[in-house]
Amino acid sequence: MAATARSKAELDSEFAELYRSHLRDVYSYAYYRVGNHHDAEDLTEQTFLQAYRHFERAQAESDGRPLRPWLIRIAHNLAANLYRDRSRRPQTSIDDTSGLSAVHTTEDLVEGRDELARILAGVKELPNDRREALIMRFALGMDNREIARALGKTDGATKVLLHRAIRQLEGIVGDEHSKR
Amino acid sequence: MSTPSADIETLLSRALRPVDPPEGLSSRLESTLVELTEMAFDELESWELRAMRDPRNWVRPVMAVVVTATAGTALVILRVRAGQKRRVMLARGPADLAARTARAVAGEARRVVRR
Repeated sequence: MAATARSKAELDSEFAELYRSHLRDVYSYAYYRVGNHHDAEDLTEQTFLQAYRHFERAQAESDGRPLRPWLIRIAHNLAANLYRDRSRRPQTSIDDTSGLSAVHTTEDLVEGRDELARILAGVKELPNDRREALIMRFALGMDNREIARALGKTDGATKVLLHRAIRQLEGIVGDEHSKR
Repeated sequence: MSTPSADIETLLSRALRPVDPPEGLSSRLESTLVELTEMAFDELESWELRAMRDPRNWVRPVMAVVVTATAGTALVILRVRAGQKRRVMLARGPADLAARTARAVAGEARRVVRR
């Protein structure tokens, strides 16, 4: 028997749930990717607009798998387009400590502002794919499989990517520390 | 044994904390929806009726606009907001901007309903 066509109300309800569940994920990714709230808001909105247009097909093709990697992949592609179209880097770097106050508690800032700033500065220096993998792992809590789907890589390649990203970051932060 | 990787992963977890959307992003969207839907309703009465020969044809778009807190209306907001900067640039004044925004709301609502 042919599958019953999904009703629009049903799809919209499921999309609303996706939106509510992952607004913070998409926003977090966007913020660390573009480095400022203004562009992050635009990127988040555009991500959900595009997601809505392709939601039914994505659901059908997901075979029941979570759609978070698909959402993040949309944001990833839109961010890449943003930089390509405007030929620019983030307007505010993610190691700008003034931006940290929006993300971190006062306690964090008092205890380890310099340390966190060094880590963020190091993340900024990484190649795009390594930086993004770290954002997905640590800001969004995605596992290797999810990151692999979001980046269009194999699970194995993603594991290597994360390992190299952390190693490179250690080197960057270590070099910076030894200069002091 | 503590390893440098473990240390740096701990630091990464602290540094790359999830970022909550700015306070008011969601609420601003919902507030905008209420304003826009009210504007759209008034606007529909004046120009949509003239544009459509059979008034029954505009019941669906209006229904789509006035329903709140649903995915459809959220999408109407998101889509309308996406074009707001361009409308602000093109508008000849507040009244013109309101009219352009209302037309955008109606158009997006129809697109959502027909999808």
